[in-house]
Amino acid sequence: MELFRSVNVDWLGKKWYFLAFSLIFSVAGIISMSAHWAKTGSPVPLGVDFKGGTQVEVQFKQAPDTEQIRQATAAAGIRDASIVNYDIPSHHEVLISLPEQHVESSLDTGQQQIHDALRAKFGEGAFEIRNVSVVGPTVGKQLEKQATLATLYSLLGMLIYLWFRFQLIYGIAAVVACFHDTLITVGSFALLDSFGFKGMEISLTVIAAILTLVGYSMNDTIVVFDRIRENLRLSRRESLADVVNRSINQTLSRTVLTSGLTFLTVLSLFVFGGPVLRGFSFALVVGILIGTYSSIAVAAPMLVAWQQWRAGSSKAAVLPAAKRSKV
Amino acid sequence: MKKNLKQKIVIIIGVLVVFLYGAFFGFDAPRLGGGQPLLNQLTQHIHLGLDLQGGVHLILQVQVKEAVSTETDNTVARIEQDLKTAKLTFSQVTKPDATNHPETMHIEGINPTQSNAVRSLIDGKYSNEYDISGGGGDNSLTVTMKPNIEKALDDKTVQNTIEVIRDRVDSLGVSEPIIQQYGLGDNQILVELPGISDLDRVKNIISTTARLSIHAVVGGPYPDEQAALSSVGGNLPSDQELVHGSGSMATGSDVDSVYVLQRIAIVAGTDFRSADPGTDSNTGQRTVHFTLTNEAGDKFYEYTSANVGHSMAVVLGGRVKEVANIESAIRDSGEIRGSFSTDEVAILSKMLRTGALPASLNYLEDRTVGASLGADSIKQGVTAAIVGVLLVMIFMLVYYKGSGINADLALFLNLVILLGFMGFSGATLTLPGIAGVILTIGMGVDSNVLIFERIREEMRAGKAPSAAVDQGFAHAWTTILDTHVTTIVSAAILFLFGSGPVKGFAVTLTFGLAANLFTAVYVSRVIFDTHVNNLKTGEAVSI
Repeated sequence: MELFRSVNVDWLGKKWYFLAFSLIFSVAGIISMSAHWAKTGSPVPLGVDFKGGTQVEVQFKQAPDTEQIRQATAAAGIRDASIVNYDIPSHHEVLISLPEQHVESSLDTGQQQIHDALRAKFGEGAFEIRNVSVVGPTVGKQLEKQATLATLYSLLGMLIYLWFRFQLIYGIAAVVACFHDTLITVGSFALLDSFGFKGMEISLTVIAAILTLVGYSMNDTIVVFDRIRENLRLSRRESLADVVNRSINQTLSRTVLTSGLTFLTVLSLFVFGGPVLRGFSFALVVGILIGTYSSIAVAAPMLVAWQQWRAGSSKAAVLPAAKRSKV
Repeated sequence: MKKNLKQKIVIIIGVLVVFLYGAFFGFDAPRLGGGQPLLNQLTQHIHLGLDLQGGVHLILQVQVKEAVSTETDNTVARIEQDLKTAKLTFSQVTKPDATNHPETMHIEGINPTQSNAVRSLIDGKYSNEYDISGGGGDNSLTVTMKPNIEKALDDKTVQNTIEVIRDRVDSLGVSEPIIQQYGLGDNQILVELPGISDLDRVKNIISTTARLSIHAVVGGPYPDEQAALSSVGGNLPSDQELVHGSGSMATGSDVDSVYVLQRIAIVAGTDFRSADPGTDSNTGQRTVHFTLTNEAGDKFYEYTSANVGHSMAVVLGGRVKEVANIESAIRDSGEIRGSFSTDEVAILSKMLRTGALPASLNYLEDRTVGASLGADSIKQGVTAAIVGVLLVMIFMLVYYKGSGINADLALFLNLVILLGFMGFSGATLTLPGIAGVILTIGMGVDSNVLIFERIREEMRAGKAPSAAVDQGFAHAWTTILDTHVTTIVSAAILFLFGSGPVKGFAVTLTFGLAANLFTAVYVSRVIFDTHVNNLKTGEAVSI
């Protein structure tokens, strides 16, 4: 069985469509992030990990009535509590969140109050506290900084590696593509939130997913670049655009297969992984689609555009055929 | 038979055996036939993170300023003593901003004619640890702890706190607690206690400072702070403090009462060598018997012999527990009789034995994961992983036919090696860690696809099976190496800068990719070569 035996698509000829597509999604992401920023003070919906606060996950024996819970917490004097049904309805789970508390010495009070209010209203055995997260503002800030730094360093590390193995322009093109993917994926969280899908928040595990998608997108780009490097060595008379087109077509079968299979595993994570992994797997589902797209539609055209800019209007492959691999 | 092929197969079987052993037994000797099912062995040697087995996760901040304050309190006492011994005139040694800047002291009211003598005395004895400035016209001298000394003291305080918490956590019987410095400096400590869900009890045991000290009593008991203040003329001298009493022993019948005490303790927390709970044989009252260190014992003897007839107060956790009259000189042991409950005595003596916290703690973050949620998470995570793997395996068989078996074998071996790594290294498997496993599978499949597609290309170009396999691997290898190294680079950075669950993800991803380089390239190659060797002339590779 084979998917593509010999395709001959002129990918670079479609670069303006790609550019338009990428721009639309990037701009949509940026706009929804700005809107989110204006509304809440942060560009994306942040989980309790980053913004601080209290989050209590409660499982009830009977189907919970969120209105009753709201009454119970309000009666106990807890303000600003957000109460949402969580997971599939048959699990009877409710997520109760309180915004960041500024007094760190009394970090626990919110959680205690929620527990007491529920006990008073529903009785001791009617529910089980499944998960409690209380994050003070200091730690939230630290984690935010840590996550941002980790992402940036990670990109830098890959850039350096590609510079060493290929050439600087390959590294830059790959990093730009990754940046593009990250922007659109993170933007989709803001976009979903502004369309009223609640509970998709950037948590620590989502950061792990974003770093994974960076790695994945890079992986995809490298496969194409590797083929370009190889083909450049073989045929120096062909124009770079043709070499790039041919390389993409030669690796297309692999690209579609791998992306398809990885998509399959990530999809099973999204379907079977439960609510704890939902944000994580969502980021990966989006990330794999966009990461596959960007290696063909963003990274490769950038190489050609750079070469054309450097060579004026000359169409010959002036991009030197990178170092011969010694490994 | 191709050169070395037998040797390679032996290597692969060897690796398989070693990692299978690691997955089931770690570095322990195997205990087979002990009635323990093999699956239990497996789950015992793969450490599960808090998100998978439930437990308590805390981030604490050590209030290091308190330790600095205690240190400078001692220095204040020593400076006063030195100046008195040298018969130099001064009015007092103060800490002008004890709360925010406990590192700064003022020597005030120096006789102008002696200012040089004072300066050289302080310079000579304290300049190693303190910066000394002033000595100008205002008859005062400022003594400030050097920043590097303060930093070292902060670090020591955090280290001591970790030691103390570790001792205390031992009493909870947690099997694999994590207690370590955390974060980007800022004197934070991470505590993770798997299998524990009673947060209140944990916090109680961890954050009881248990700081015990004995102070000279200036006056008291007074009924309230107002009365206590007016007894010292309305203004509390900087070397004295107001401390509330608690319980009946300390105050007779008064429940709330206030004492005026010398701020600097005669005997402080670190001076105690041991403490045991006991009962007074005459009164049946609960007591705590203590022993002092030799040095503190000498100091205590000196003080008590000079102050027979005076009172001293035992202060615990900021409250006067007992006031005793000094009847005779005491050297190094004594008894505290307070209004203690049985629990209190047990905890107190344990705390005194394990040592007091050098400073109090703030909670910055706490998380409790219920055991049932952990069990659900692992079920979901593992289900997702198994479903994902099975789907991929079936697809590979359908799409690549005979070579699909090859890919599936490599994938299976990859998982075995990954589990073995986890068993050997004692690394923790978290929920994102399971996700890391799933991604490893994705990369593993990618490597196989890259190789297989190359082999197909070569075969389309008309190469013979063995040459096609050769060329396919040779071409795919650089690509595989590049993709793996970049991903490992990002996983390593994640490991360095991430924390908790993210770290778990980086660990399985790194292990998985390393294993994948071996299985997808080396093992897969050997299987191919064996297959090609057995092909009859003219027969094609099933791919």
